[in-house]
Amino acid sequence: MNETSLLVSLPLIAALVAAAWPRAATITGVIATLGNAGLAVVLAIRIGQGGAEAEALGGWAAPLGIGFAADGLAALMLVMTALVGLGVSVQVAGAPLPDAGRTGQRTAFWPLWLATLGAMNALFLSADLFNLYVTFEILGLAAVGLTALSGTRTALRAAFDYLSAGLAGSLLLLLGVALAYATAGRVDLAVVPELAGSHEGRVALGLIFAGLAVKAALFPLHFWMPAAHSSAAPEASALLSALVVKAAIYVALRLSIEGGAAVELLRLVLAVAGAGAMLWGAWHALRADRLKLLVAHSTVAQVGLIALAIGLTTGARDGTIWRAAALLMLSHALAKAAMFLAVGRITEELGHDRISGLNREELRPGAAEFAFAIAAISLIGLPPTAGFVGKWLLLDGLIDRGAWPWVALVLLGTVLSAAYLARVVSRCLRGGPHVAPGARRPAWRAGDAAALGLATAALALGLASALPLTLLDATLT
Amino acid sequence: MTELLPLAILMTSLGIAPVILALPDGWSRLRTALNLTAAGMKLALVAWLSWAVAGGAEFGLSLEIAPGLALALKADALSVLFLALSSVLWLLTTIYAVGYLEGGTDRSRFFGFFSLCVASTVGIAMAANLFTFVVFFELLTLATWPLVVHRGSAEAHRAGRIYLVYTLGGGLALTLGAVWLYALAGEVPFLPRGVLGDLPQTDPLAVTAIFVLLIAGVGVKAALVPLHGWLPVSMVAPAPVSALLHAVAVVKSGAFGIMRIVYDVYGVETVEALGLALPLAALAGVTILYGSIRALRQDDLKTRLAYSTVSQVSYITLGVALVSPVAAVGGLAHLIHQGIMKITLFLAAGNFAEARGVKTVSAMDGMGRLMPGATLAFTVGAFGMIGVPPLAGFVSKWYLGAGGLDAGQPAVIALLAGSSLLNAAYFLPILHRAWFRDPPEGAVPKRRIGWMLALPPAVTAALVVAAGLLANAPFSPLGWTRFIVSLEYL
Repeated sequence: MNETSLLVSLPLIAALVAAAWPRAATITGVIATLGNAGLAVVLAIRIGQGGAEAEALGGWAAPLGIGFAADGLAALMLVMTALVGLGVSVQVAGAPLPDAGRTGQRTAFWPLWLATLGAMNALFLSADLFNLYVTFEILGLAAVGLTALSGTRTALRAAFDYLSAGLAGSLLLLLGVALAYATAGRVDLAVVPELAGSHEGRVALGLIFAGLAVKAALFPLHFWMPAAHSSAAPEASALLSALVVKAAIYVALRLSIEGGAAVELLRLVLAVAGAGAMLWGAWHALRADRLKLLVAHSTVAQVGLIALAIGLTTGARDGTIWRAAALLMLSHALAKAAMFLAVGRITEELGHDRISGLNREELRPGAAEFAFAIAAISLIGLPPTAGFVGKWLLLDGLIDRGAWPWVALVLLGTVLSAAYLARVVSRCLRGGPHVAPGARRPAWRAGDAAALGLATAALALGLASALPLTLLDATLT
Repeated sequence: MTELLPLAILMTSLGIAPVILALPDGWSRLRTALNLTAAGMKLALVAWLSWAVAGGAEFGLSLEIAPGLALALKADALSVLFLALSSVLWLLTTIYAVGYLEGGTDRSRFFGFFSLCVASTVGIAMAANLFTFVVFFELLTLATWPLVVHRGSAEAHRAGRIYLVYTLGGGLALTLGAVWLYALAGEVPFLPRGVLGDLPQTDPLAVTAIFVLLIAGVGVKAALVPLHGWLPVSMVAPAPVSALLHAVAVVKSGAFGIMRIVYDVYGVETVEALGLALPLAALAGVTILYGSIRALRQDDLKTRLAYSTVSQVSYITLGVALVSPVAAVGGLAHLIHQGIMKITLFLAAGNFAEARGVKTVSAMDGMGRLMPGATLAFTVGAFGMIGVPPLAGFVSKWYLGAGGLDAGQPAVIALLAGSSLLNAAYFLPILHRAWFRDPPEGAVPKRRIGWMLALPPAVTAALVVAAGLLANAPFSPLGWTRFIVSLEYL
């Protein structure tokens, strides 16, 4: 048992323990999340120093057996998941004890989160298409559970939509994997270049990418996401928006650099869908009247930007753009989780999340609003955040290739994101006549610390971008 | 140890900012103590650095954050020019702001972002490459926004929105230009006489487009017409913020950016060879006249001063664009001279508003009798702006005019004469009202002005006189700019 297997087994076992023994759910969850973070960091350090690793389960090598592969990209995603998980766990574990009606929600969170964590870790480590499909199924079910966690009528409805969309995506994925197997006779990831070379193989890749597009909520298949992410509990929204969406995006990136980028049409469709999501999400975020809805639409837009970058990646050898995409995924995960947790705290203090009602005379801006502002800076892509370095690299790669229309689109997306996020941040700077002299400040809660920590991490990551970028050098190709 | 000096200077203001932001609002003594200690330390460190740089020492340190992208700081003669300005004025403005905002709300937020602003300025001054410059330039935008909207009124938020639209738009142009240049040239460090090599010959179109993007990007903060719209609107901010915007940080960073781009990225010869020097000089000339003409008709004192800034900052751009060492001396010296003159005017204007509620030119009657100290400081600043010898502004204008002749552009003399006449036309009526008219009956009763408000404009007014009288001393702004220019035009 090394880190690779432990990263998959530990969260899944902990999920069973937490489900079977609700009274110990919190302590189990916290320990498992901490342990997972330690394992992820150890693995990342080892890969950063020693290069990528592959492991054949049971000693059966591909194409006969199934294998796990841990490389720089996978390690980066594992660390990303672990960090976001830590932040969200701090928020959940540190929240004041809920009233009787909400105890169930609290204990149900941990098994669902741990199952999500295990599924995501397995997904990042999978080295074959069928494994990817299986991990998607586990992930999808856990994510539906997270969506429904708050138990409100809208949440249940959103969870049902999520389930339907997820199943449709899985079906496309499964069809694609089956067709790939029929074409090539194997499903390990090394088969991707072969698939890209044949007609049936390209259809298989097309089906897989279509499935991923549904799961990543790319335009025009995004219909389910804003409702799901905005009606869930804050901690669930943070996980769904920061991490679960990334699973599909990660697989798209993985398939692209493994050779899927050779299919010109697929890349173009992905880039156009990404651009569509970026503009559609931004437009709706500009018009949203509720904070959570704004943040959820911003996820559509940001994921669109990342998909655009992946669509413009011509392969692993075209180093800049796919590295930019990976860095943007990381920075979006940290910033978006921070943002949803901050929104959770703001909503808790205000009792609502209407943007027009954010100005309250008797309430001063608190730590959560500060965290929101820092996360917004990262999402817009202003220095010194990781979002800035990611966008810089992306533009650098695009200009290098003379892809000026795409440069213009990325800049347009940046302007729009600044516009919709400024709607909120400007209200965080209220003062003077808008605040009564005796106005109170919101009390400190664990959620504030978690949001501030994640937002600061996104900020600091900009200065330490060399770390993830070096790690990415150790990626299997 | 000394190689860490640039970092230490940066950390005096960057390190203190989060501490101040986190302090409860009521802890004003601790906050003031921290603030003044940091400002004092910075001043001492910058003095040490200047001494070392004058002796030929070089400082540099860098942190690579992506392949080919490094956050790098260095201290050269040009950095020291800007650092000296920002550290002296930070100390004075902090003292003034503590007095000005006494008893106000959200002071921790104010002083935290104030420090962050100065930290960004320090980063801009010491940026060793274009990437680092862009990082701090954008940080400056973010740090000033909360200050512009500090009062929290609808008007302040409107000004903040306009400020953001202009500066983030400029930032976008700057970033695009910078990324493009990195894509073409690999790395873009700041070195005297430019770093582009033979790129201007092989790809003149792209290099020209990048120049336009970069200058437009920094031109927003330098308030070049037609990118100046944010500056007069931002006048709703409190007086110390106006001082910061106009004298210490924002417009100066824009002007400094133009210097770096022309001198240390392109090199003056390349800019001239590309045929970009004359258009830039012409744009500066238009801005100088336009700002002055608009200033004539403003009754609001701060708005009049704001248009005056639009005009005066472009003297710096003009000096850079005229491709003549003599003009360059005038332009660079004006970076300092305009700073100390304009801050004197704003601080004095802030005192008029604080003590007597006087905010318009038409209410200035008899102010010389009511507040002789502040009015005297204001007068020194105004005379300096007009260019009355032996004040600082005269020195700048003299060198700019001589540089115009040197560059074979005698039109510059006409421009300077016209601008000086206009300066006189919008400043002298204020002085006339203040000194020669009687105070109105039933003037607003006086509110006491503490030493924290009275001292800073007096000191800066003294500096205006000193910078002019002692212009030939080796450590005067003029002496230092001669040293810089000798490096660029060797």
